[in-house]
Amino acid sequence: MADTLTGPVPEVPDAIPEFPMPRAARCPLDPPPALRDLQERAPLTKVRLRDGSEPWLVTRYADQRALLGDPRVSADTDSPGYPSKAGPEGGEGKLSFIMMDDPEHARLRRMVTAPFAVKRVEALRPAVQRIVDDLIDGLLAGPAPVDLVEEFALPVPSLVICELLGVPYDDHAFFQDNTRTMVHRDATPEQRGRAAREVAGYLSALIGRRIADPREDLLSGIAARVTAGEIDHGQATEMALLLLIAGHETTANMIALGTLALLRHPDQLALLRESDDPGLVTSAVEELLRYLHITHLGRRRAVTEDIEIGGRLLRAGEGVIMVNEVANRDPEVFPDPDRLDLTRDARRHVAFGFGVHQCLGQPLARMELQVVYGTLYRRIPTLSLACSPDDVRFKHDAFIYGVHSLPVAW
Amino acid sequence: MTRPMSGPTVELESDKCVASGQCVVAAMQVFDQDDDGIAILLDERPAPALLDDVREAVAVCPAAAIRLVER
Ligand code: HEM
Ligand code: SF4
Repeated sequence: MADTLTGPVPEVPDAIPEFPMPRAARCPLDPPPALRDLQERAPLTKVRLRDGSEPWLVTRYADQRALLGDPRVSADTDSPGYPSKAGPEGGEGKLSFIMMDDPEHARLRRMVTAPFAVKRVEALRPAVQRIVDDLIDGLLAGPAPVDLVEEFALPVPSLVICELLGVPYDDHAFFQDNTRTMVHRDATPEQRGRAAREVAGYLSALIGRRIADPREDLLSGIAARVTAGEIDHGQATEMALLLLIAGHETTANMIALGTLALLRHPDQLALLRESDDPGLVTSAVEELLRYLHITHLGRRRAVTEDIEIGGRLLRAGEGVIMVNEVANRDPEVFPDPDRLDLTRDARRHVAFGFGVHQCLGQPLARMELQVVYGTLYRRIPTLSLACSPDDVRFKHDAFIYGVHSLPVAW
Repeated sequence: MTRPMSGPTVELESDKCVASGQCVVAAMQVFDQDDDGIAILLDERPAPALLDDVREAVAVCPAAAIRLVER
């Protein structure tokens, strides 16, 4: 190897790297090699986005947590310097409190925290177990191979959110059809837009019905805030839509990508299937959240006041991107980070982000994944990939990383 | 388990809490959530056997709302 390559590594890379970076073709479950490289030698560095802007990229775990917990960063896409996610999929819509700052963010978030409390979510477990069992019954009764994404991974969160919001059973088919179109790989932008408007219109009408006639569900809780004059009907609809969208593709991709990861690690899959330690499913969920990290475009923020960190000065008006997937592979926190080890203690991962915007739905997401990972491979022990591993298509360009489809048989 | 007379104290700033529920998962005997999902402290002076769980809760709380004050 040439001397220039083995000599001392420069602290700052010579050219500003482009972001996002490509994953290695052979390792679609690992973060892009360039991100790991930066984490090692330039943990706080500028990158160039598609729109030509140059925000900071933060790759180490400790720096990411410090910045995400810092009130001097803003999640508002209108703040000067906010790093735009706009790419091939088009612009980013603003949806309720996920793109707001405190105190308004906190005011709105607190209106919907109640149903996500750990014990409230636990009470939903039997309903989720029934949803998962029914879907598996359906798979086993039909012909194989099937696309696990279409027939299982997407329906699970869609039906669970119906349960949570209080969508009447008779409307489940309408709801599922439209939410499926909203995220479907073959849908045109027009079809997706129309489906999103259908769902928004439906949720708005249902909130109206719950204002008139409240029940014990989440939409009634949101409706009560409208009645009390704390938010208007439009804000209420947006909030319901945020809960639906934030929990849909994320959970679905964790199910499909998690299954693929386990199929690629048969020893770990066998451990999960055969262990009678109930704690193993719990730790498997945390480890897969750590290992996979599907929100691969990073947490994005704008700096609102100068911040000194890691020997750098982040100036007000600059953007900053924290890619949690590479923090979850930080060797300072997770020894041997590239090994999928369902028995490790991965609880400190940042797959749900960190700071005041940390995922509101995480207790629900955890419970859903515990039910899925704890059930699917036991009920279908011979589950296997029904295509060549090279033919699995990954969603490199999507907001949420995953697989387009996952043909499986048993 | 007897309740220690002295030892580390848990402090919770509930106005910072964002209702992530992480502390409840980490230390069920020490934290719970109120009707709005906001964390509440069940035990200010947890038994020594629970302190590791409390330290985990401090580490995973996204809002830096929990402290373990060693005295
Ligand atoms: C495994 C599945 C999931 C993953 C990986 C995930 C990931 C995330 C991440 C990384 C954030 C932080 C965004 C930021 O800081 O900019 C977030 C926020 C959020 N998530 Fe999730 N999520 C999942 C499931 C869910 C579910 C099931 C729901 C609800 C039903 C949900 C609702 C939300 C909401 C409402 C926010 C915004 C919180 C705020 O801004 O205060 N998520 N999620
Ligand atoms: S971990 Fe922190 S933010 Fe989450 S519920 Fe507990 S105190 Fe609140």
